[in-house]
Amino acid sequence: MDCLQMVFKLLPNWKREAEVKKLVAGYKVHGDPFSTNTRRVLAVLHEKGLSYEPITVKLQTDEHKREPFLSLNPFGQVPVFEDGNVKLYESRAITQYIAYVHSSRGTQLLNLRSHETMATLTMWMEIEAHQFDPPASKLTWEQVIKPIYGLETDQTIVKENEAILEKVLNVYEKRLEESRFLACNSFTLVDLHHLPNIQYLLGTPTKILFEKRTKVRKWVDEITSREAWKMACDQEKSWSNKQRN
Amino acid sequence: MATIKVHGVPMSTATMRVLAALYEKDLQFELIPVDMRAGAHKQEPHLSLNPFGQIPALEDGDLSLFESRAITQYIAEEYSEKGEKLLCPGCKKVKATTNVWIQVEGQQFDPNASKLAFERVFKGMFGMTTDPAAVQELEGKLQKVLDIYEARLSKSDFLACDCFTLADLHHLPAIHYLMGTDSKVLFDSRPKVSEWVKKITARPAWAKVIDLQKQ
Repeated sequence: MDCLQMVFKLLPNWKREAEVKKLVAGYKVHGDPFSTNTRRVLAVLHEKGLSYEPITVKLQTDEHKREPFLSLNPFGQVPVFEDGNVKLYESRAITQYIAYVHSSRGTQLLNLRSHETMATLTMWMEIEAHQFDPPASKLTWEQVIKPIYGLETDQTIVKENEAILEKVLNVYEKRLEESRFLACNSFTLVDLHHLPNIQYLLGTPTKILFEKRTKVRKWVDEITSREAWKMACDQEKSWSNKQRN
Repeated sequence: MATIKVHGVPMSTATMRVLAALYEKDLQFELIPVDMRAGAHKQEPHLSLNPFGQIPALEDGDLSLFESRAITQYIAEEYSEKGEKLLCPGCKKVKATTNVWIQVEGQQFDPNASKLAFERVFKGMFGMTTDPAAVQELEGKLQKVLDIYEARLSKSDFLACDCFTLADLHHLPAIHYLMGTDSKVLFDSRPKVSEWVKKITARPAWAKVIDLQKQ
């Protein structure tokens, strides 16, 4: 008889629910449904069809910069992911963890055939993090987030970072001539990691950088129309409806 | 003949990161210099190895890679049985923690440390002037990161776990340059960080990387 059945046998009904919840360690995501980094993690959870409990961290009141949040992530950033007594931060470490643990479930997000195929995937994940994200996240910050807080967009920074992003997208355009997705011919974590910034930038003048490159445009259309991604962006379905009150 | 080729230069922090991993693993390789002053990294044939026009690039048989942290991870996995262990053996949760700290180096430490090394060390080498305001800002940001490292290293011998891993190794090149500047006080003034810096920079594999610079 396994642990779960033993619990059901021994405990009265009212206690069972709490105990089962403890045993069947649910995933928790501390974050904000509009945060790019939180959405990166939500996307993977939806691709894998996994349930989780969302816990809102009030970024507007700097909750993430104080205790008790700092005990979860001393860098004071969202998201934080809990799996039992394991607490992880850095969204790209979280997505990789989920993708590995659940590699035989839902969408295949890794390329585990050999060390060589995984190395190519790791390389493109680094490219997203070190080449694409710096200009893309600055452009999202200037054009999308600052206005929400009533701050003015700095057009010099926009121009500078668009120039950097153009060079990166030129490399992507060539790559996508040889490969349907960035790492290989199927959708992987690499493409998924791009989604949060791309989604926001499509609502700004920067969208033209993606639209004027045929292969990039096709790739953007394909990855942004994935069901799991649409769910991750749906604040009600992926966040508020799942919260325990 | 070495099947592993590294295209880069011993002075480059990203190249050093890869060389460190190769030496830790005791692997034979050929270092093929890239003439940065002549702009070779921004032209063919280098662009076929790295379309972003950066160093290093690595060739291992038919496999071609760039992005130093992807290369080190490939080396650590493919040659896991050789030389020193660079990843924490264990279950997926242990690997996840190593990956957290690999990301922390890449996302929190390096953006500040490498710009600071650029200001303090590289600008001077190329006849440019250090910007004191930039140095102050970057040191301010780096201090906050190192405070977190100090707390972490009070609970763990190395960043990811109690053994040396890629999470520590990835820091070596920037730390090496900064310890030769006034910024070294940031590391020296934090006892656990200082102890960790001494341990990781004393590794024989790292000494071999520094030796290459002197040749």
